[in-house]
Amino acid sequence: MITHITKENYKSVVVESKLPVLIDFWAPWCGPCQMMGPVFEELSKEFDGKIVFAKLNTEDHPELTNGFGIQGIPCLILTKDGKEVGRAVGFLPKELLKQKIEEIYSSI
Amino acid sequence: MEYDVIIIGSGPAGLTAGIYSARADLKVLILEGEQPGGQLTTTTEVENFPGFPEGIMGPELMNRMRTQAQKFKAETKFELVTSVDFSKKPFEIITSAGVYLGNSVIVATGSRARYLGLESESRLKGRGVSACATCDGFFFKGKEIVVVGGGDSAMEEANFLTKFASKVTVIHHSENFRASAIMLDRCKANAKIDFLMNKEIVEVLGENSVTGLKLKDSKSGEIEEFKTEGLFLAIGHIPNTELFKDKLEMEKEYIVTNDTKTSVEGVFACGDVQDRKRYWQAITSAGSGCIASLEAQKYLSHGN
Repeated sequence: MITHITKENYKSVVVESKLPVLIDFWAPWCGPCQMMGPVFEELSKEFDGKIVFAKLNTEDHPELTNGFGIQGIPCLILTKDGKEVGRAVGFLPKELLKQKIEEIYSSI
Repeated sequence: MEYDVIIIGSGPAGLTAGIYSARADLKVLILEGEQPGGQLTTTTEVENFPGFPEGIMGPELMNRMRTQAQKFKAETKFELVTSVDFSKKPFEIITSAGVYLGNSVIVATGSRARYLGLESESRLKGRGVSACATCDGFFFKGKEIVVVGGGDSAMEEANFLTKFASKVTVIHHSENFRASAIMLDRCKANAKIDFLMNKEIVEVLGENSVTGLKLKDSKSGEIEEFKTEGLFLAIGHIPNTELFKDKLEMEKEYIVTNDTKTSVEGVFACGDVQDRKRYWQAITSAGSGCIASLEAQKYLSHGN
């Protein structure tokens, strides 16, 4: 299941999460982000129990987006205890994205 | 899994080939590749695709083409092809997830945005350097930014970016523009757009985000620094043909075709990968995708 991050739930979903959280920064007007949607969903099942998958609408939450210094989307950021451990910018096909996530995950 | 037609790529060429092939009752697989929907997913409004007098957003147009292909039972997969074997029949298409067999193959891998090729540029990708104005323009509200390029897409991006940026400077390495008169005039009439000609970008400056550019004058060779917070690339495209090197006849980086037929019987190519005349339009790509499908159908029904 993919959680949608808001200003209200940010602390409980991201900062206080026991598991690392992978945040998909997206926006409705971003074509590659739309394409990333189904890939992200498929991967969320494969990482179930290891990584929490969450989405953040950059248009609705600029303050959370600015906090991560994001100037380009789609952008995926893996966080641990609310802190960034790595990111992937731009659309990536499923297998490459999976590799990238595993690579960042193993560096924690 | 064996298919009548395997289509590599999911831009206008690939999806049109998919629609025509699936509608002809063939078993079709579309491997969506590196950028599902292709380059139109990073454009804004498409004003010249027939049938949409009020214009249509690029991603929306591609979504519709995809839905149309799926409606006729074309199978679509978010997979990237890692190698192809055209020496066997059926042809073998290998992705990171498996091997697919095709009695015919349509190559529609398109092209990708060209980058300047600077180390500083790739380091600052997503941190001020972007090849997608629709995706990233929003993050440059009230900022001064640069668009590099001299074609229609550069003008379109510059115009679009003035919705967000306080000022857009179009930097071009010469003083001749490839852009059409209508697009150029639109930019010249836009008070937020400035032009800087005969300048080449030699370095993108900034630690964690773009702070400026190092420019070299194309005539005098003089180096200067230019302050800016964003760099949007619109310097053309490179055909995605690396997979087919030594497997299909090529001319420079393009696949050589004759009515979409490649040097290997049963393998067809359409869209940007074979567009040696550089039309580079959604409609010409879609048109060649249709031809590729009709040729593949002919090939499948008559055999060799």
